[in-house]
Amino acid sequence: MDLLNALVAFANFVFVPAMSYGAQLALGALGVTLIYSILRFSNFAHGDTMAFGTMCTILVTWGLQHLGISLGPLPVALLALPAGIALTGVFLLATDKVVYRFYRRTRAAPVVLTMVSLGVMFVMNGLVRFIIGTDSIDFADGARFVVSARDFRTATGLDEGLAIRTTQAITIAVAAVAMVLLFWFLNRTRTGKSMRAFSDNEDLALLSGINPERVVAVTWLIVAALATTAGTLYGLDKSFMPFTYFQLLLPIFAAAVVGGLGSPVGAVAGGFVIAFSEVGVTYAWKKIAGYVLPESMQFSGLGQLLSTDYKFAVSFAILVLVLLFRPTGLFRGKSV
Amino acid sequence: MTRSVLLFAGMAALFVLTGLTQSWSLALTVLNMGVISAIMALGVNMQWGYAGLFNIGVMGFVALGGLGVVLTSTAPVAGAMAAGGWRILLALAVGVLIVLGAVALWRRGGRLRAPAVILVLVAGFFAFRALLDPGVAGVEAINPTVQGNIGGLGLPVLLAWPVGGLLAALAAWGIGKTALGLRSDYLAIATLGIAEIVLAVLRNEEWLARGVKNVIGLPRPVPYEVDLQQSARFTGWMADLGIDPATGASLAVKLGYLGLCGSVLALVMLLAELALHSPWGRMMRAIRDNEIAAGAMGKNVKHQHLKIFIIGSAVIGIAGAMMTTLDGQLTPASYQPLRYTFLVWVMVIVGGSGNNWGAMLGGFLIWWLWVMVEPIGAGVLSAITAPMSDGWLKSHLHDGAAHMRLLTMGVILLLVLRFSPRGLIPER
Repeated sequence: MDLLNALVAFANFVFVPAMSYGAQLALGALGVTLIYSILRFSNFAHGDTMAFGTMCTILVTWGLQHLGISLGPLPVALLALPAGIALTGVFLLATDKVVYRFYRRTRAAPVVLTMVSLGVMFVMNGLVRFIIGTDSIDFADGARFVVSARDFRTATGLDEGLAIRTTQAITIAVAAVAMVLLFWFLNRTRTGKSMRAFSDNEDLALLSGINPERVVAVTWLIVAALATTAGTLYGLDKSFMPFTYFQLLLPIFAAAVVGGLGSPVGAVAGGFVIAFSEVGVTYAWKKIAGYVLPESMQFSGLGQLLSTDYKFAVSFAILVLVLLFRPTGLFRGKSV
Repeated sequence: MTRSVLLFAGMAALFVLTGLTQSWSLALTVLNMGVISAIMALGVNMQWGYAGLFNIGVMGFVALGGLGVVLTSTAPVAGAMAAGGWRILLALAVGVLIVLGAVALWRRGGRLRAPAVILVLVAGFFAFRALLDPGVAGVEAINPTVQGNIGGLGLPVLLAWPVGGLLAALAAWGIGKTALGLRSDYLAIATLGIAEIVLAVLRNEEWLARGVKNVIGLPRPVPYEVDLQQSARFTGWMADLGIDPATGASLAVKLGYLGLCGSVLALVMLLAELALHSPWGRMMRAIRDNEIAAGAMGKNVKHQHLKIFIIGSAVIGIAGAMMTTLDGQLTPASYQPLRYTFLVWVMVIVGGSGNNWGAMLGGFLIWWLWVMVEPIGAGVLSAITAPMSDGWLKSHLHDGAAHMRLLTMGVILLLVLRFSPRGLIPER
């Protein structure tokens, strides 16, 4: 019985939160990795792209709510998401046309493009703050819990409750669908295959008649979809604040780099590695230990390895460790 | 040459204009931070402009410089060493030994090295925490509302500037040893991450510098305004000059800081120029332009990279210490990468990477814009919205002025990268 309680506590405080956070990071990292492998630079504007996409989704959500539309237990934001993706896609394509294309034509060094993405980051950050402000916005509606702690306790008779928030369940489901779609697209469709060919060997791909501008445009559209989805899921799960999204860039990069920049599978793996280590290292294990360990071995403290404020530091400590032993990440990413 | 002179004259005119239209006190405040920003930009320029190292962990070194001020110049906290200070020092020494031991074990090789290293590190972590935690608890229990940290050495505050540089240099040595082998983007992201780790430590380890509770009232290298106003000699001078003593005192203090910071800037600039135009500087640029060729000529690329990384970081650390001294307080929560890393990068790119004068100009210009864009933006927006009727949109636009500076910085950076990629004063 105690072991079951420990398992439930683990699921409640570690597994479920880390899974949903990991899914959000993985979606973000997939976007970073796609840009790295096809456009060949580290996009520092990605966190703010997520913020921009989420902002568009929120604005559409407000519009829908104003019209009195509701999805019952599901948040209306899911309905607004495609519109948010479309708006972000248009914005990213325009950015590419106005900003990035010039450097692609002149074959600028990747590090120059990275600097350019810093500029884009500033502009996007300013735009988002200008349009929607800096306050925290909670836009999740619908039912709060799929499983509430009290229901779980009465149903199972255990001491520990398991609570799964609607937003967490949606995050994991939507992220799974998005990843399946992406991998299907990259591996099965003609456009996806030409993107991979372009990523592996640009010159050979050009020789075989692949239209580079089309590959680039499709990449930006996929990135818009991934970033907006990741941002919206994160915003539903926590809340929307432009500054938080800028900070999210750090664990997202960590995830992409730990997995290996340019490797989609690596990005997903990296997202979960980072999320589980962040949650695991900063969680107070005392409660779980209380169920599992005998009386004599109980912790005197909280059983917390590091205080929760070290969350970002943990993701980077892992990043640095991985880079020391595998300079291009777990799944052997590339370097330009 | 004439172009640079003109640009610097224009920059000076901007500060004079600020003084004439707003106030001399504001102009001096902006100028002082401009000087410090210019030193930071010089440090980044050494790493990026001379050597092509993409360091986006500037904030970490700035923060370490600030820590240097607290550890050097604040008074020691009575009883802190006895209450746990020695224990903390012992724990830190043990921690270093554990890491060195793990590295040595890894280097020895063998099939079982991976599990052995992991075992040593995990066991070592728990031993380290067992040693550290009681010490920390002891120190943090001392008068926590105003102290709770181990305090400093009580030395003169100007000594803290080189100490801040030294702390940053030490950190840079550690980072360089581990991360400089990485390729450009990986190095950049690693430095970004390490800066975040430094900040996390600074925010959470209250025994070190009170964490987010901040250290305020740091000693100053210049007199206090209140003391000046009470001095008969000073008020006499002010009366002769026909200046209100309160304004005069504030201006005098700021001029004092300007003298100190300006001397450091001049010194750093002199050394940087001498280094850049020496054979060593030529070698650094040769390495930057073609690592493989430079390596083939017998230059030790990795060693030189480490050297310039340490020197540049030390310069940034000194600037960080100066900034903390100027502020009179250490507020770890205020260190944000947007302001202390990316803005410094904008300074270097806009000014002209690879050229010390360019980096310096960028420091002044971008800092001036950073401060002034907000009032200018508010003015522009009020002008635009003046004919509009009061309402939601008008007030929203007014609030938006606060966010104009990020937008402006981004647009400036993009325009410079597009139309003048080598900056305002390009490398010769």
